[in-house]
Amino acid sequence: MIRIVKYILLISFFILSFQKLSIANNISSEVDKISKNLRCLICQGQSVYDSQSDFALSMKILISKKIKEGKSEKQIYEYLKNQYGEWIVYDPEFNRKNLILWIFPLILFIFGGLLIYRKVFIN
Amino acid sequence: MKKNIFYLSVLLFFTFIFTIFYLGLDKSNFYKPKEVKNKNLEEFTSTELFSNKQLSSKYIIENNNFTLINIWSSWCAPCRSEHAILMNLSKKTDLNIIGLNYKDKKNNAIKFLDELGNPYSKNLIDADGTISISLGAYGVPESFLLNNKSIVIRKYIGPLTSDNISEIIKIIQ
Repeated sequence: MIRIVKYILLISFFILSFQKLSIANNISSEVDKISKNLRCLICQGQSVYDSQSDFALSMKILISKKIKEGKSEKQIYEYLKNQYGEWIVYDPEFNRKNLILWIFPLILFIFGGLLIYRKVFIN
Repeated sequence: MKKNIFYLSVLLFFTFIFTIFYLGLDKSNFYKPKEVKNKNLEEFTSTELFSNKQLSSKYIIENNNFTLINIWSSWCAPCRSEHAILMNLSKKTDLNIIGLNYKDKKNNAIKFLDELGNPYSKNLIDADGTISISLGAYGVPESFLLNNKSIVIRKYIGPLTSDNISEIIKIIQ
């Protein structure tokens, strides 16, 4: 009887520890994912994920705290944008200031297409 | 005629690019974060360095007309040079200066203050740096001037200069 209880305890211990482990892994992979999309502001050219600066290390801890609080990825980006400005995220927003950057390739593409069309079909 | 238009447009194009690059030469290529003004400071609670009591930022800030939060660390060289300026400020004015001890060892922090003097009315511990990040700080040293409604009036990145100090004094008077 005691043996059975012992086995059950042992098995449940393993199951529980694996569960804990997988939760921890989930959070750290989520932190990795978010920090790859964040620019390390004091070490330009590196993401928060790549950097080992104090700023980036603290940022990663903060992100994991926010995840544990139940914040979604988007909420965390919004939160950091509010603190540090849009520059912190790699994905720039579409706004009036960078409109030309977004549209210019498209204009070039259409222009080039027109040129080719004229060369091939009209001449 | 057609050729002329072509050459003219090429010329225009290159002068356009030239002017843009020429103007760009003068621009500093270091990214300077925009000074965030009139923003609410996020609340935080932390342990006081000397008394080991838990303190909330709201409580400290609300009871004073103006508060200067200074992020510092004993291992940071610019903080050491900034310290004399802070000491001077605390002597000259009755501004409430709060220290936020960034990623530091407690012994070293206390030694630092023993050696150079303590301008802070309170010193909160930020052991893993997350409080500083949640305030929107970049590193050490950095200072925030707040009014009693936790609104950031000025933010100084890097060590405070004597110009900054005269600005602070002007604001709080």
